[in-house]
Amino acid sequence: MHDIPAKVVSYEQITDHFQNGMTLMCGGFGGVGAPPTLVNLILDLGITDIKLISNDVGFPWIGPGKLITEKRVKSLIASHIGSNPEAGKQMHDGELDVEFYPQGTLAEKIRAGGMGLGGILVDVGLGTRVEKEKQQVTLENRPYMIEPALTADVAIVFAKEADRYGNLTFDKSARNTNPLVATAGDITIVEVERIVETGELDPECIVTPGVFVDYIVPSKGVDWKWVWELKREDVSPNALRKK
Amino acid sequence: MGLGAETRGRIAKRAAQEITKGMVVNLGIGIPTLVGDYLKPELGVMLHTENGILGMGPSPDPGTEDGHLSNAGGYPVTLNEGASYFDSATAFGIIRKGYLDLTILGALEVSEYGDIANWIVPGKRVPGMGGAIDLAQKAKKVIILMNHTNKDGASKIVEHCTLPLTVQKGANMIITEMAVFQINVDGLELIEIMSPYTLEEIEQATDADFKVSTMLSINS
Repeated sequence: MHDIPAKVVSYEQITDHFQNGMTLMCGGFGGVGAPPTLVNLILDLGITDIKLISNDVGFPWIGPGKLITEKRVKSLIASHIGSNPEAGKQMHDGELDVEFYPQGTLAEKIRAGGMGLGGILVDVGLGTRVEKEKQQVTLENRPYMIEPALTADVAIVFAKEADRYGNLTFDKSARNTNPLVATAGDITIVEVERIVETGELDPECIVTPGVFVDYIVPSKGVDWKWVWELKREDVSPNALRKK
Repeated sequence: MGLGAETRGRIAKRAAQEITKGMVVNLGIGIPTLVGDYLKPELGVMLHTENGILGMGPSPDPGTEDGHLSNAGGYPVTLNEGASYFDSATAFGIIRKGYLDLTILGALEVSEYGDIANWIVPGKRVPGMGGAIDLAQKAKKVIILMNHTNKDGASKIVEHCTLPLTVQKGANMIITEMAVFQINVDGLELIEIMSPYTLEEIEQATDADFKVSTMLSINS
């Protein structure tokens, strides 16, 4: 076996990759599958002015939502922020610059970035506000918008298992945007529930090939309560804002 | 004015009648989510969610929830036989390529030709479109479940939407607590009255012209 880079590292060894003003891409959907320990590390490091790219911003106390609540995010590219009233408030107050895309278009822009493409052609949103200021082309007599690909300085990902080469498997619907985000970072850091020896994962079951992965850190688990674990009065917009 | 649990259930049950054997269906949040409770297992319906499941099952028993197995709203679900997981690009590829037979969504306004507005109230509620545009534009059939009127008593069925559109001419059917409308190329057709409402009451509460089906039925 060739020498392989030591990708399994401690949290202390990756701190230099997080910088103020960085473009950060975060996996997860509604907080499910967002890397909890890496989000906390970014908070602890005091990183600010983040340009965040994420499907959504979870809830105020779940997933990348915490970065919003702590006002670490300067601009956001997402498809939905409805579950995080704090994001809506900051956007309304002019503190947070938000760019929305249809969810499938955003996923595909990230995928394109990870696959080395310049962008995609998509017709979702033609005839609505989405087409505003978008460059359009006609192909085979059908109109499309040109959507540039998205990449990031750092991509943070949550996976179920990683071997030492960085091959990844995911856990049920916690997969969501993670395999896409894993490909689109200049540096990809993966928080995993279980690190195994190289060769232990069935190659047929690997979702993300390790070549996309730079660093692997062991997860300390979620430190939040899921929205369904809370009582109804705990998830009212006012209660959410206070959490 | 919000609808009571019984009325919401009745709307969901009526919508479930539109689902036939083997359909691939995506249910939006709110009343559409309740439609799942009225699906007979023998129909073999495959429920799709934007976060990457085809073949989603009902809610788990309390205490058996899995934080990593949820619907697009973040609430725990289970799986039915034949289910699969996939990433978000594939989830939306399924929608964009036209594999969804039906999506059932809520709405703020629907026009008489099926324009849908359901994602933004400028200056007031700006949550982002999420998957609403992908779904409304690409599903083979779109059914809207909603209150007939808004909290000020104004009709949510209108000649022209005043709110920014989710899709032009996307809706095929509207089901409210008062009525069921089919949306044809030439406009709205009332096909069912939800009792105890009357045709006069529906006309009064609807801010758009509609024709009355020759096959009009009463849903009791």
